[in-house]
Amino acid sequence: MSGQDAVPEPVVARPGKWRLALAHVHSKIGWERMGRRALVPLLLLAIWQYASTAGFFDPSFVPSPISVVTSWWQWIFGPRSELAWYSGTWLNYVYLSGWRVLVGFAIASAIGVTVGVLIGWFELARDMLDPIVQGLRPIPMTAWLPFATFIFGIREGAAVFLIAMGSFFPIAVSCTIGAEQTPKNLVRAALMLGTPPRKLLVRIVLPAALPYVFNGLRVGLGIAWVLVIVSEMLAVKGGIGYAMWTAYQFVRIDLIIAAMFTMGLLGLVSDRLLLLLSRRLLRWNTGLRAR
Amino acid sequence: MEHGTAGALGRGAAGRIECRSVRKTYRDAADGTEIVALDGLTLDIEAREFLTLLGPSGCGKSTLLNILAGFERPDSGKVLLNGVPIQRPGPDRGVVFQDYALFPWLNIQQNVEYGLREKGMNKAESSAIARRFLAMVGLSGFERRFPHELSGGMRQRVALVRVLAIDPEILLMDEPFAAVDAQTRIILQEELQRLWMQTLKTVVFVTHSVDEAIYLADRVTVMTARPGLVKAIVPIDLPRPRDSTSDAFNRYRRDIAQLIEVESRKVFAAAAA
Repeated sequence: MSGQDAVPEPVVARPGKWRLALAHVHSKIGWERMGRRALVPLLLLAIWQYASTAGFFDPSFVPSPISVVTSWWQWIFGPRSELAWYSGTWLNYVYLSGWRVLVGFAIASAIGVTVGVLIGWFELARDMLDPIVQGLRPIPMTAWLPFATFIFGIREGAAVFLIAMGSFFPIAVSCTIGAEQTPKNLVRAALMLGTPPRKLLVRIVLPAALPYVFNGLRVGLGIAWVLVIVSEMLAVKGGIGYAMWTAYQFVRIDLIIAAMFTMGLLGLVSDRLLLLLSRRLLRWNTGLRAR
Repeated sequence: MEHGTAGALGRGAAGRIECRSVRKTYRDAADGTEIVALDGLTLDIEAREFLTLLGPSGCGKSTLLNILAGFERPDSGKVLLNGVPIQRPGPDRGVVFQDYALFPWLNIQQNVEYGLREKGMNKAESSAIARRFLAMVGLSGFERRFPHELSGGMRQRVALVRVLAIDPEILLMDEPFAAVDAQTRIILQEELQRLWMQTLKTVVFVTHSVDEAIYLADRVTVMTARPGLVKAIVPIDLPRPRDSTSDAFNRYRRDIAQLIEVESRKVFAAAAA
């Protein structure tokens, strides 16, 4: 050491762990904040309840929030019965939709990340794969549906194909951008430290692209939920989309709304899980963001 | 491998560089015209010498360093390390970048271990060496921090020991202290000099700062404005550590500043024309 003056100070003043945790909890349950967040949703619910019971509309056309919750409850916890097709089927339908999304999304992630990063890094892969990716990408996903059902029939394969296809593109494109943006000096630093060129992809390009990878995964997951509904309405039996379409045919708008909220919930939970994973893997990146 | 004892840090190999008529041109991205960065530069760098490259902006200093690192190839001419042409980057030439180029997803410890692991060293050994080198620059206790959590000066210390840990023959430094504040810069210069005196590696150090060049160098190489050539080589005959307020230091400062000023004016004249 050249002297004590060279001993650096930590740049970030860090409050204790428990203090951070407490501040976090406080910000989460602060009553004022809670009230502010709940205000608009509660107001809308109140208006909805009032409008549906005040006699402006036919109650079978505009169900009240309470009747939606009641029907939802029966959908989830009601006994299986011949008399009510929906009663007690919710959990099974959530499982069906969730499984389709999971399988389709997993396939899309595996292929999308691989293809995307390869296109972004290797000129050969770019020349060979990019035209097909860019050529198929403009075809709207719903336009694949007749083709998919023709090939796979009214079976799981059609739904999984559609979901995998739809979420593949945003994942691949985002990974391509991420790989392209690998900082030149990081590649040079790795070569200088003895990394063989063929290992750059795994050692440098992939970790450097990770924020883009997760960005693509989140967009892809959102599309997967869109497409599970579409395919369940038209191409497969069972699932939330199937329930929604059946409810439509029985003119049960209360169940349609319950199905919509179900989808919102599933989308939110799966997105949060993915976000949690990305926060864990991208801890090194959080400090680089403004917020 | 021997690490740790003062004076025995280096491998004691040669590390002599010869540049013969090195020419390098670029195509300007904006208008497609050809820019001559280096026009037949010839320069010998002795083993274990501390050489600084000083010159106006755009004189090809960084280009020369990139060629020595193996990041770029010259259009013509020869660049030899111990008589062997430089073809590609490698761990015999450690590079310290101006923007640090630390791997942001690895913590400080892992950044320093990186090159050692690439050499095939096991986890325990590379971990011990990384710790020792981090301690040498006062970064014990920061091992688990990520680069973005450190100040610029601390990051550059990490970048320096990351290459010292793999024990290269040559140290190539591209304006390494340009992005840190003036006080930190002085401390880093002192630390670098101390480490260099312990390890006695060949150092090629690019800088804009006349003071920095004189403070650190055995020889200051002053380059011409573009196209880059060697204008003058000034041996600095002062005992280390150097006092930048001494009369002798001031004479060097005046002479070298004069050489640079002539070249800087050429750059302005060219820009105005």
